[in-house]
Amino acid sequence: MTTLDDHQTLVAVCPYADLQPDRGVAAILPSGAQVAVFLLSDGSLRAIGNIDPFSAAGVLSRGIVGDRAGTPVVVSPVYKQAFDLRTGACLDDPSVTLPVYRVVHDENMIWVGH
Amino acid sequence: MTRTLVIAGYGMVGHRVAAALRARDAAGEFRIVVFAEESRAAYDRVALTSYVDGWNAGALTLPDVGFRDDDEVHLGDPVVAIEREARVVRTASGYRQPYDALVLATGSKPFVPPIPGHDLPGCFVYRTIDDLDAIRDAVHGTESTPGRAAAMVVGGGLLGLEAANALRGMGVSPHIVELGSRLMPVQVDDGGGSLLRRLVEQLDLTVHTGVSTQAIEPSDQRLLAKLSNGTELDLDLVVFAAGVRPRDELARESGLAVGERGGIVVDEGCRTSDPEVYAVGECALIDGRVYGLIAPGNAMAELLVDRLLGGAATFPGADTATKLKLLGVDVASFGDAHAATQGALEVVVNDAVSGSYKKLVVSDDAKTLLGGILVGDASDYATLRPMVGRDLPASPAALLAPAGGGSAIGVDALPDDALICSCNTVSKGAITEAVVLGGCDTVGKLKDCTKAGTTCGSCVPMLKQLLAGCGVEQSNALCEHFGQSRTELFEIVGATGIRTFSALIERYGTGRGCDICKPAVASILASLPGGHILDGEQASLQDTNDHFLANLQRNGTYSVVPRIPGGEISADKLLVIAEVARDFRLYTKITGGQRIDLFGATVDQLPMIWRRLVDAGFESGHAYGKALRTVKSCVGTTWCRFGVQDAVGMAIELELRYRGLRSPHKIKAAVSGCARECAEARGKDFGVIATEAGWNLYVGGNGGFTPRHADLLVSDVDSATLIKLIDRFLMFYVRTADRLQRTAAWIEAMDGGLDHLRAVIVDDSLGICADLEAAMSEHVHNYADEWRGVLEDPVKLARFTSFVNAPGTPDPTISFRTERGQRVPEVAAR
Repeated sequence: MTTLDDHQTLVAVCPYADLQPDRGVAAILPSGAQVAVFLLSDGSLRAIGNIDPFSAAGVLSRGIVGDRAGTPVVVSPVYKQAFDLRTGACLDDPSVTLPVYRVVHDENMIWVGH
Repeated sequence: MTRTLVIAGYGMVGHRVAAALRARDAAGEFRIVVFAEESRAAYDRVALTSYVDGWNAGALTLPDVGFRDDDEVHLGDPVVAIEREARVVRTASGYRQPYDALVLATGSKPFVPPIPGHDLPGCFVYRTIDDLDAIRDAVHGTESTPGRAAAMVVGGGLLGLEAANALRGMGVSPHIVELGSRLMPVQVDDGGGSLLRRLVEQLDLTVHTGVSTQAIEPSDQRLLAKLSNGTELDLDLVVFAAGVRPRDELARESGLAVGERGGIVVDEGCRTSDPEVYAVGECALIDGRVYGLIAPGNAMAELLVDRLLGGAATFPGADTATKLKLLGVDVASFGDAHAATQGALEVVVNDAVSGSYKKLVVSDDAKTLLGGILVGDASDYATLRPMVGRDLPASPAALLAPAGGGSAIGVDALPDDALICSCNTVSKGAITEAVVLGGCDTVGKLKDCTKAGTTCGSCVPMLKQLLAGCGVEQSNALCEHFGQSRTELFEIVGATGIRTFSALIERYGTGRGCDICKPAVASILASLPGGHILDGEQASLQDTNDHFLANLQRNGTYSVVPRIPGGEISADKLLVIAEVARDFRLYTKITGGQRIDLFGATVDQLPMIWRRLVDAGFESGHAYGKALRTVKSCVGTTWCRFGVQDAVGMAIELELRYRGLRSPHKIKAAVSGCARECAEARGKDFGVIATEAGWNLYVGGNGGFTPRHADLLVSDVDSATLIKLIDRFLMFYVRTADRLQRTAAWIEAMDGGLDHLRAVIVDDSLGICADLEAAMSEHVHNYADEWRGVLEDPVKLARFTSFVNAPGTPDPTISFRTERGQRVPEVAAR
């Protein structure tokens, strides 16, 4: 565990070079929470909860990334609901929202806040 | 108070009465009680011959009537007497049912000429599913004797040719004996009849016209038929299909008026001489005629229901127009086909080279169409028939111009009251109203809403034209990111050389893509030769199954299916699968495609499992992909006493040839070693069934939501031809089908359907077959196992980890319990 700034503890995920544009990876935090981390094709990084609330399976990092009417989304590979990568909101069920995590990178590593 | 309507007879017209009443009796005035002679519910007798294609009576099912809870249908218990005074019917079982109104829908019985020997064993009629079962059993009964079964069909009319067609479907080439001077004497003239005869004789059938059967005699376990011209035929079976007679005996015995030559006399409201008793369909004598066709029967059913509910509909007159495909030959006849009208003129185009005969009958001033006959090519029928009785939009000769020259007629030329669907009496006006006011924007919705096109289907092309004419554009857009269809994108990729999704969406689409267009484009790119589906950017397009080359299950684990070509596997290889399953504690299940599915593998276990399997000679089974799945087989001649070809060998050859072929949807296949069809090949996208002479190829079958039997594409081809045709079929499908469109839907949506498909891939009408074959040969040459491709590439291998920051850490959301001795997912509550 490495502290990058004064306000938040960050967890190292993987080397930046290991990320594929428009594809996710899963990481597990010390708390046991699972995070899905995405590098989008525009170069931005996004991180939301990895557990798909509709199947209770840790699979959102394995969904297809794209957009719905301009909103960047990942689509659950189980029952195909779309989640807003910026807010965690489920576009197909307004009652469902996933946690959003802070994600940054330095020269070579991706870091997620917890 | 509820009244009881008793329907005596549950054929197509009886069914139509019940269905129409249930659709229109909103107030619930009537309770329906049906008595059927046959032991099965009403079925599509018009399509009876197609029963031979799969011996599946379910395929002839008619639309659901929507019976009320208190309605009753008594099968196998016909009405045998009417006590009119008491208003009660009595059935064969002795049941007595009171009625307020009674409908006789008893149909017809086959006419069997009183020839000596007509009732010998081996003589059959052609009317019901049971009749066809009996004919089939007789054909099978002759299999122990050498040579093919010999058969004779008595009657060369519509019914006789249907029966001959059915026999041909059972592998028999019958003699057809017709008393008249030509085949189908009622529908066609001598010119059309002689072409029809020539086309039928090319199919190895023997036609005898102007000849009667004088006697049938038993002869050494077989039959000997003596014809009036001195010919004697040695036969195994005889099928009488020489017409029908109305079943009016019930009416006769209860004192209702019947016609001199049969038929229950009814008025224009279908009422018999007893005001509480009606008759409809083939048993009714209306306007002095008995109609043995479905369209007038349906019209009577509808008008009867209108009358029962207080309306005053009258019989609109019968459209006896006929269009059918008999023995592969199109025949259509409509209006005054025989130019019986005073002063009528005939315009004939008889093209012996292309095998088509067309005749229009017009009024003496050549302005009004009266009728016509089309043999060999009946594609103009749908537009010509509604013009009967109307002014012609062009000269008769122009109307008969060959299709290539651009026929002068289109649906636009028709007035609003012209009938588009004669089976269900739907006018052009009713259809355009449904489109414009009813919001029907697809052929499917038009069918639901108007019933047009739901019986014989010949008007479906006109429905499409009408939709287009009303300005309804059928959108082909793949998704919000691409306005093109999958087929169009395939062509773009082929023509431009674009090989990445990002370049394609930048030039031809908008936005970043989605879970619809990304896998679709991935599938298109994977259809091109070379490369692994997880190479570079392509990896990000794949849905999770393709991305991990395994099938995602509900708890986030995957299942693994190694290929077992044709379902043939050695004991040693079974042991390997067993050891892998045991060591990784995988749940095992035998699949419907004759292989073994191993469930419960986590992402990080997948490469370890593949390593063990690949080392033992297994490879990916592509169970996760929109690709060829399996080619199922029976044991064929290798073991089976009845097999006629090596089904396993052929299945393995096909599975190895097409493995890895990416396609718009999954492709399933099977090979059966004989007509008993143990491999269920007709439920597959392509199915191969062995014959004595080679193979029959069926296409367009599937299970799933809407099960469908595959249709026969070609018969009796050798192995090389079979493979060549499947090459063309699959590559044509890969290139032109829409996303997630199985072969059945693809063929159905094609203009011209199966006939068009046959023209393209059998007759090479588009000149693309060499290209299709070359593309398939390239696929076969470039195939490589996708699992091995991952095992040999450290970059790809690195992606198979549950948590990138903690490799080897198990996913805490995955847990198992034990059921029947195996591990199954413990599913967390949502």
